[in-house]
Amino acid sequence: MNGDVSLPAGRRNDTAALRGRIEDFLYLEAELLDEWKIEEWFALFAEGATYEVPPTGTDESDPATSLFYIADDYVRLRERVVRLTKKEAHSEFPRSQQRHMISNVRITGVTDGVADVSCNFVTYRAKRGVVDTYYGKHLYRIDTTADPFRILSKRSILGMDMLYPGKLTIII
Amino acid sequence: MDSILTNPSMVVEDRQRHLFRVSRRAFTEQSVLDAENRTIFDRCWLYVGHSSEIANNCDFITRNVGGRELIFNRDRAGVVHAFLNTCPHRGAMVVREKKGNALAFRCFYHGWSFNVNGRFASRFEEGNYGAEHYGGGCADLAQVPRLESHRDFWFVNFDSNAVSLSDYLAGAKEYIDLVADHAEAGMEIVGSGQQYVINANWKLLAENSIDAFHGFPVHSTYFDYLKAIGSLRMDTSAGHFAASGMHDLGNGHAVIEYASPWGRPVARWVPSWGEDKREVVAQLRAGLIKRFGEERGTRIAEFSRNMLIFPNLVINDIMAITIRTFMPSAPDKMTVSAWALGARDEDAELRKLRLFNFLEFLGPGGFATPDDQEALENCQRGYRNMREVGWNDISKGMPRNGPPMNDDEEQMRCFWRQWNARMGGLA
Repeated sequence: MNGDVSLPAGRRNDTAALRGRIEDFLYLEAELLDEWKIEEWFALFAEGATYEVPPTGTDESDPATSLFYIADDYVRLRERVVRLTKKEAHSEFPRSQQRHMISNVRITGVTDGVADVSCNFVTYRAKRGVVDTYYGKHLYRIDTTADPFRILSKRSILGMDMLYPGKLTIII
Repeated sequence: MDSILTNPSMVVEDRQRHLFRVSRRAFTEQSVLDAENRTIFDRCWLYVGHSSEIANNCDFITRNVGGRELIFNRDRAGVVHAFLNTCPHRGAMVVREKKGNALAFRCFYHGWSFNVNGRFASRFEEGNYGAEHYGGGCADLAQVPRLESHRDFWFVNFDSNAVSLSDYLAGAKEYIDLVADHAEAGMEIVGSGQQYVINANWKLLAENSIDAFHGFPVHSTYFDYLKAIGSLRMDTSAGHFAASGMHDLGNGHAVIEYASPWGRPVARWVPSWGEDKREVVAQLRAGLIKRFGEERGTRIAEFSRNMLIFPNLVINDIMAITIRTFMPSAPDKMTVSAWALGARDEDAELRKLRLFNFLEFLGPGGFATPDDQEALENCQRGYRNMREVGWNDISKGMPRNGPPMNDDEEQMRCFWRQWNARMGGLA
């Protein structure tokens, strides 16, 4: 199987191999979230990493100048995880059930071992007979020189024009 | 059964026995929502937007307000309008974008065009349309019957006979002023805001937005978070102002005011912001005191306020400022629109802190709002037991001697008395 056709022929196989390793990594991330291994999930992030969900239906892209749904620096992300482990995080008690689907994984650039990765996602959340669907695109920066890989940033751009499920309490 | 619980009306107040009850039918029945549309949303002043969202001439936004589709815009001369977004020809929505800047509006269906002041602007060949279309107004965009503003907050009313906005807002004007006075340069909406759905009756969010009683039980994880990162500061350096409590603002509006446990980018520093921000915030505070005197300046800087303007506008001036409005689409479903408001000339670092303060607590991805949503949806779910357990209790604080406390439920009783009066004490 060939890698990204936009790359010169000689580099396609390298990219395909890297993409395979990145896909494995993303599937691991999805599994940890599906199984509520949220602290192990947080360990996939490098120190100083960020996690963001921009507003829906606009192209606003800077959390310093427009209102995001989530704009976590490393500390706030850690505290988000801490919060989700408590049963006083009422919106996730009892815990919802989740399933994370990932596709269309592409490496859009590699610099000094840091891969820019985009992929589509669909995440289902079920609680008390209500199924919420979140879909969109993840943009990652992944340090592929680390073993295991580490996420430097993750931005989840929702594909819907408003937040129909209402809550954004799980990690999509 | 207790007589108060078999009363046919939906809101029952018994001052002798300190009981205030609301029927759960008020949250569940389609006939109630139909009546609310006629007696409340067709007649009350409803928030449409903030001046800053249409800052320049020919700016427009489209918005659903009170169940209608509206165009809120500024014409070539800078005059603000609210039009019903429907072509007078055959009904299509004339403007389909969320926002923009345009010299004219053109309906894509048959090409009827309008100036941004609403006047019919198409010129068809002779024989197509008569004088009524070109000069008589019958082909102009329809204006919302009433459009008025207070301190850059614009409201519409679909009842042309409504009292003035000023009379309607009554005591709420003073608290809008406290928000509008944060910055001499004026205030602005930051970014495009948040829009989300809650599967609960709209009145549950009206109650929740000004309910201090639920704060600690529902939001302990948020306060844990503030503590963990050094953003909790319980001391009040507010010696000159101590009027915390709850205020009935008239016409169903109410506010609670209290010393803040959190940082406020307007002028209340907390350690997690770092020493370098301390001086910047101290200067903002000094500026407020210079403009308004020690008492009012300190009040704006230090105190938090949650205000409900009947029926569906919340202005919460807390760790950030949120403007929130919500509209039912069914008895058990509402769409919420929420915006962040900040100073127009705000320091970039403080603007960032304001936005982070907002999203840490507020909105679907925050550490607090989702738990409110969970509570509201749980209430709605619990109302399935309505035949056996049919009434909500809103009695907290009724036997109290002296003024109500902000974690009493008097502010909700203000809402419900107004709701009941407008619904005609309907059974």
